[in-house]
Amino acid sequence: MAITLSPGRLPLGRKPKELTYNPQRPVWKERPSPLYQTIKALILVLFSVSIILPILLVVSTSLADKEQLARAGGFVLWPERPTLEAYQTIFSGPMVLTSLGVSAFVTIVGTVLALFVTITMAYATSRPVLFGRPVILAVLFTLLFAPGLIPSFLMIKELGLLDSLWSLILPGIFGAFNFVVMRSFFMNIPQELIESARIDGASDWTILCRIVMPLSKAVIAVVGLFYAVGFWNSFFNALLYINDHSKWPIQLLLRNFVVQGSGAADGLGISSVPPGQAIQMAVVVVALVPILMVYPFLQKHFTKGVLTGAVKG
Amino acid sequence: MNSTTQSAPPGQRTSGGAATSVADDAPQDGRRPADRMKRRARVSTPARQSFRSRLRRDKQMLLMMVPGVAFLLLFFYIPILGNVIAFQDYQPFLGIGDSLFVGWQNFVDLFANPDFLHAFWNTLYLAAWQLIFLFPVPLVLALIVDSLISPRIRKVFQSIAYLPHFLSWVLVIALFQQMLGGAGFINNTLRDVGLDPIPFMTNPETFPVLVVVQMIWKDAGWAMIIFLAALASIDASLYEAAAADGAGRWRRMWHVTLPGLRSIIVLLLILRIGDILSVGFEQYILQRDAVGAGAAEVLDTFTYYTGVVGGGWSSGAAAGLAKGIVSALLIYGANKLAHRFGEEGIFARKVG
Repeated sequence: MAITLSPGRLPLGRKPKELTYNPQRPVWKERPSPLYQTIKALILVLFSVSIILPILLVVSTSLADKEQLARAGGFVLWPERPTLEAYQTIFSGPMVLTSLGVSAFVTIVGTVLALFVTITMAYATSRPVLFGRPVILAVLFTLLFAPGLIPSFLMIKELGLLDSLWSLILPGIFGAFNFVVMRSFFMNIPQELIESARIDGASDWTILCRIVMPLSKAVIAVVGLFYAVGFWNSFFNALLYINDHSKWPIQLLLRNFVVQGSGAADGLGISSVPPGQAIQMAVVVVALVPILMVYPFLQKHFTKGVLTGAVKG
Repeated sequence: MNSTTQSAPPGQRTSGGAATSVADDAPQDGRRPADRMKRRARVSTPARQSFRSRLRRDKQMLLMMVPGVAFLLLFFYIPILGNVIAFQDYQPFLGIGDSLFVGWQNFVDLFANPDFLHAFWNTLYLAAWQLIFLFPVPLVLALIVDSLISPRIRKVFQSIAYLPHFLSWVLVIALFQQMLGGAGFINNTLRDVGLDPIPFMTNPETFPVLVVVQMIWKDAGWAMIIFLAALASIDASLYEAAAADGAGRWRRMWHVTLPGLRSIIVLLLILRIGDILSVGFEQYILQRDAVGAGAAEVLDTFTYYTGVVGGGWSSGAAAGLAKGIVSALLIYGANKLAHRFGEEGIFARKVG
């Protein structure tokens, strides 16, 4: 399902003469008028700039020194003398470090557990087995109907998970969409491989661990990254279930001190040296950087992952 | 257990004839768990086994389902049952068991509550905005990207456009505040050149526009992927034939591209309609303080503030349940409608 590029549409060896300006344009496609091209380019450029500009602005402002910030009135598009002062400040107090630790813990433990649950569930239903069908239907039903906020909250409360990091992990360890992606991938593994292993006496666990999983590294990577991004980004569960400040994940910290605009410096328990603006931006960047770091890996695989789910669902 | 009627996947049929007798023997010698015969029987089995032998055969597979099923029970199906508190006068110190049943009273109260009605209409209003202004954007973007000739530009644009999808709503709102907020970049610039600042982020009147712009910023690029894949799967010879018959750019789009995208558009519309009542919870709860409950109160935030914050557990649950049921009915209805128009929809597709 790779997105085919236009060159594929041009039959080779049938290159008409008037096509010299761009051999990649299909024969039947007329050259767009300048007006068209301008509009198209404008839309694409505006869209891209609207995405890049805020990110650039935030990163630059967090790195800018006091003088430049004061001169520019709060925002800087390019730091003249980049300084890490704002970062030193936010990491000198306990708040940001703790919340980063919480987020990292939730993300890592959550992703590992989620992969375990999803892989076993997807493999167990990837072939016709006892109870396979009702279980699949039970999963797909979750796409249609949600239990609702209040009953979920009461469930967490009954389980005694309020104010525990497990309340951020457990509700997220299984996603129907990821299950569908994983399962359709498993179903496409040649049955002969699995059968021959079984004839050799392999148990289902052995087959899963020694045959199916090594063949599914790509999809496991994608689904794992999806889960990881989900855990890192989740803020509402923390708002619901966590009161204790020392257990706030970074997203909740960001919401309380940047979005809600209470003075960042007071809340973070640090004496403010650089301008508050730079500190706020530094917190934003700290939440942003992990995503930017995994983004290239995500991008390498996700189209495949998403489309498997969409097409096979 | 209608699972007994499942047919074997095609790959297993090849050896079916030879192994029938083995399969028939399976229940007898099944007492020895490590028996080779049994394993062989499982490879090529028609659906003629007793429940017990199937249980023994699939033991490990069933074990693997346990974590997932436990999750579904704990965090999905038991909470669904927990919705009974919508019919109770739930008191936390009494618990579900001892709280008084009040029948439909909570729902009656709810629909007499102006705040709830306001949240309800607001949800529909914002959903309509999203449906009309949000839905076409990824399609248009995908058409533009698909028409690009240079693979380099395509790739660069896609890399940029997909990124915001992976940022959390908290981050998105924070970035928007820095750009458009009262002390944000644009308003600072406006002040510098001597103009009045514009309250992008706090004006309740323009809140729907802000919300839609945020959603476009975050997800339009990502939503493009599916359209791009559908566009790539349209047979290029159709375009060529149309062009040979003298169809221009717009005619080709109307007669080749759009019909080729029809089923995916219908599918996405159904999904959208099912989601319509959850217009985007985090986005609203994050901005409710800035624009006020008048503009940003939707069903989900109403549930949160009434139930969790205000302690009105039962009315909150009633609002949530009403929303869940209406959403499910909407998906079901939209799916039915899609079938009427000869499209596949979502739930028609085979599960196995």
